[in-house]
Amino acid sequence: MNKVKQKDLILYSGLIILGLAAPFLFSAFKVQLTYLCVLIVLAMTWNLQGGEMGYNSFGNILFYGLGMYLTASVQVGMFFPLAEWTESGGEKTFVHTTAQYFQGIGVGLLVAAIVPTIVAGAIGYAILGLRGHYFAICTLGLGIAAGEIAGGIEIIGAGQGFTTPPFPAEIVDPEARGQFFYFLSFLVLVLAFVFVKYIYGSRFRLILNAIRDNEDKAEAMGIQTMKYKIVGWMCSAFFCGLAGGIMGGLIGYIDSTDVAFDGREMGVFMVLMAILGGKGTLWGPIIGATLFHFFKEGLWTFILGWQYVALGVLIVVIVVYFPEGLMGWLREKYPDRFGEVIDEKDRKAQVELK
Amino acid sequence: MDFLIFKAPILMVQASLDGILLGILFALIAYGMALQWGVMNIINIAQGDLVILGGYIAYTMYLVGIHPAWGVIVSPIIMYFVGWALYKLVINKVVDRDLFISILATFGIAIVMQQLMNFIFGADVVVAQSEYGTTMLFDNSVTLPNSKIFAAFISVLYAIGLVIYMKKSRLGRAIRATAQNARAAKILGVDTEKVYAATFGINAALCGVAGALISITLTLHPYVGLPYTVRSFMIVIVAGLGNLPAVAVSGMGLGLFEEFADYILGTEFRIGAVFMLLVFILVYRRFKLSKKREYLK
Repeated sequence: MNKVKQKDLILYSGLIILGLAAPFLFSAFKVQLTYLCVLIVLAMTWNLQGGEMGYNSFGNILFYGLGMYLTASVQVGMFFPLAEWTESGGEKTFVHTTAQYFQGIGVGLLVAAIVPTIVAGAIGYAILGLRGHYFAICTLGLGIAAGEIAGGIEIIGAGQGFTTPPFPAEIVDPEARGQFFYFLSFLVLVLAFVFVKYIYGSRFRLILNAIRDNEDKAEAMGIQTMKYKIVGWMCSAFFCGLAGGIMGGLIGYIDSTDVAFDGREMGVFMVLMAILGGKGTLWGPIIGATLFHFFKEGLWTFILGWQYVALGVLIVVIVVYFPEGLMGWLREKYPDRFGEVIDEKDRKAQVELK
Repeated sequence: MDFLIFKAPILMVQASLDGILLGILFALIAYGMALQWGVMNIINIAQGDLVILGGYIAYTMYLVGIHPAWGVIVSPIIMYFVGWALYKLVINKVVDRDLFISILATFGIAIVMQQLMNFIFGADVVVAQSEYGTTMLFDNSVTLPNSKIFAAFISVLYAIGLVIYMKKSRLGRAIRATAQNARAAKILGVDTEKVYAATFGINAALCGVAGALISITLTLHPYVGLPYTVRSFMIVIVAGLGNLPAVAVSGMGLGLFEEFADYILGTEFRIGAVFMLLVFILVYRRFKLSKKREYLK
């Protein structure tokens, strides 16, 4: 037992050191690394309710976009009139000082984490009463409706978009912006990992699994399923909001349907990454997100224009041929590594039956 | 109230007529979705993109110089084979699986189709001119494009034709048998694989008809497929599977809702209103069923 823990310790400290050193080692890829962190956070937290709870949501993009708009709005609104900011568009009449910028983004991220969590709690009771594909379609509708509605609201830029405050010009170091966002996202990633890891060792996860496997029976066993479902969704919403806030600052421009409530990209990516790595595992979404990101970045530039076609084909191939994901495949291949003991006689009998 | 529609009540007549005619078109798409949902138990997210593809077929004919109204005959024939090919390529692998798999897989197909249409036909909003003129009613205060009347008429014609086909023909009977119990049908000698392919083909053909009609009444754009999917999904969950009168009525209801939402909320919120309506319908059904300790299945 002690030996295993030591192994874990080495692994985690190694990963953290790698994470901290990454922006200096690959300083040209800082933005990509930030993306990777955000993608991992999204996949990991989607997995919490998609993989563990069995509620496949297409609508977590709602919280992501909400977080993005909230961070930017708070960051601007704390110091300047928001309506005038969005009206002036690209031409900046207001400039954040360094202190204002960091105060703004700090408070903004706080709001971006809390408000989506509350929203998830508020709509959770209504939405999570739906099951299976109805839940999936309903959340898909929610995500798209949010994008369409945000595209009609004047104060956050409506159809022409919302420029987030630029990084303070007083910081001359050109590396600073990339490093700031990278470490911010890495911090969120570590937070999310610690949180998810904690959940994986808790009773809460067992309850979520019970809900996934058979909700009626779980209820019959005396579990207040609705309560746990809502809490599960709120956990996802918390991190989605944070991730969205960071991405808003990083991209520097928020469009209602193409950046914030981007169901066609981020909304699908998070589902796809979790499935690619393996739903319902701790490391699956992390591996899935990393692979997906490398694949995407490696291939996108070579097949410019065709990337959506490739994405669509990728979705079909993954979903149709690898619905269990990488971890599921490994699990089938090396079951003993996952702590599963297989009775050889029983397995042979099963094979003969087939 | 400061809304134009309440100041000029004649606009209500306009909106109602538009809504009902549009609703019949939606009902046709929804009927296709109900058919393949009932028979194959898959939810096809690419439904709307099949519609748009059908529309582009009619638009291509218009560009070549053939009257786009002929699209209602040509487009379903081509779309039948598109649907058949899609079934053979992807759908046959998701038929017996979890519904979520089919949703995600067809979502992938939808993305591919959108992008391919974007390459082939460009990202502009296009419309095929039917030059059918407009009918003026009530002292010229209500305008009704004849193409919309034509579209509703053709939709009804196709729907009736399909119902008769499903009742009388051998394939129609096989489809209905498979819908009731695929295993029993298989035992009794129905080639279910063929039936599934045909069902998906017929669904795609219906989408083709609807698309051709949309190309002359509304507008086409590679990325507007998803709202059609959601509309038909909505109609199906309200009307149930395989109940044509209910599908027609709820289609018209949806058309009315949309036209009135357009006037009251503004055009920019139209699609948003459609998606919100979906959420509201699902949540309403969920609360109604939860009183009986049941849930949507």
